Amino acid sequence: MSETTIGVTSFPTTRDSSCPFDPPAEYAELRAQEGTASLACPVGVNARVVSRYADVRAVLSDPNLSSHAAPSTHVVADGQLDRPVAPGSLLHMDGPDHARLRRLLTPEFTVKRIQAMRPYIQGLVDDHVDALLARTGPVDLVQDFALPIPSLVICELLGVDYGDRDRFQEQTAVLIGTNSDPEALQRANAEVVGFMTQLVLAKMAAPGDDLLGRLIVRARENGQELSVEELVTLGITLLIAGHETTANMIGLSTLALLRQPDQLAALRADPGLAGTAVDEMLRYLSIVHFGVLRQATGGVTIGDETIKAGEWLVAALSAGNRDESVFPDPDRIDLRRGATAHLAFGYGIHQCLGQQLARVELQEVFARLHQRIPTLRLAVPFEEVEFKDHALVYGVRALPVTWDVEDDR
Amino acid sequence: MKVRVDVDACVGAGQCVLAAPDVFDQRDEDGMVVLLVEDPPAELEAATEHAALLCPALAIVVEK
Repeated sequence: MSETTIGVTSFPTTRDSSCPFDPPAEYAELRAQEGTASLACPVGVNARVVSRYADVRAVLSDPNLSSHAAPSTHVVADGQLDRPVAPGSLLHMDGPDHARLRRLLTPEFTVKRIQAMRPYIQGLVDDHVDALLARTGPVDLVQDFALPIPSLVICELLGVDYGDRDRFQEQTAVLIGTNSDPEALQRANAEVVGFMTQLVLAKMAAPGDDLLGRLIVRARENGQELSVEELVTLGITLLIAGHETTANMIGLSTLALLRQPDQLAALRADPGLAGTAVDEMLRYLSIVHFGVLRQATGGVTIGDETIKAGEWLVAALSAGNRDESVFPDPDRIDLRRGATAHLAFGYGIHQCLGQQLARVELQEVFARLHQRIPTLRLAVPFEEVEFKDHALVYGVRALPVTWDVEDDR
Repeated sequence: MKVRVDVDACVGAGQCVLAAPDVFDQRDEDGMVVLLVEDPPAELEAATEHAALLCPALAIVVEK
């Protein structure tokens, strides 16, 4: 099939501004087409874009598709697909090397271990709701709620000293903020790398009972001692993956729920709905919105098509999550849907390592924020909310909200 | 129903434990899957099948 047989030739990146929660409309066309479309990606390669649920799963579980190129760099003009991968870059590793490294981390993210963190996370959410209620609106829910909660969770997990947490939080907020200018970004990046290096060196000298400390000990005991460079890369990967995604989910899902009063009322009436609600919002919003990039290292079959070694593929997670053959009426939020098989955490060997942590953080936010602030509402017209259209992780830049003062509970 | 798990394929995502906690667990030392019940009773069959569907590493095989 030639590239011009499909009506879309460049990778879809623009959403319809009237419904900023829906993926670009081209994806529905792509799902309905036979086969896959070969689209021109901003990075400068053509990639076959896979948009149906079953095909996304097939691509992400195929051992002949490599992750060595950065996950979403196909949408970045200077994405440098051929740059060497830093040691410890879990997201860009394949096969046995990836499995060895991932297995050193998996015990930190088991269902049991994350459940044990729930009381801490509950307390954190409550403290931040208290701090909101101590003020009068409007406040920016992104700055004062969505960003600090996951940041503090990561600090707790990694074992960052209490005295350092404010600085750590400030610098990572600059690093993942999309409002930061390039110079500030570079400075923050250097600061965070420096900070993580100090943390790693301290933990190597005296491993404590925290993720980094246990990781160092576990690796030594398994005879696979990790280098400073590997540990710093892993630490920063966990920081970015655990902070940016969760923060954006909190901001964006709060806005989407405020726009669906019936669903929000159901959640407020029954906080027990938070479990299924979180998976539904993950599916609906699919914030890793440009999908993930893979390159064939051998022959791959998708449907009736053969992909040759060297060809690029994009698994469009957001498109698969709106596949009507799997999720009936996919563009509707249904908090009772039970959408646990969604693709928002990816699929295959790279499926989100921290997904249980993300679920618990979001569940506690969903169950508590709207219960405790039932009149929570947008403080600006919806049209004024700015979306991060071109960021690798989708979300809102700011979310000005307010509430009635009687809500203090 | 007969269930088999492939520990070598497992990536420790924990999806099976969430879906069917009476059938699957994770080892403390490396987060890998532990099969608690090889032949789940009828009332756990649906949850077990769902766990197999969710597994991102295709590490759960269910035979009926």
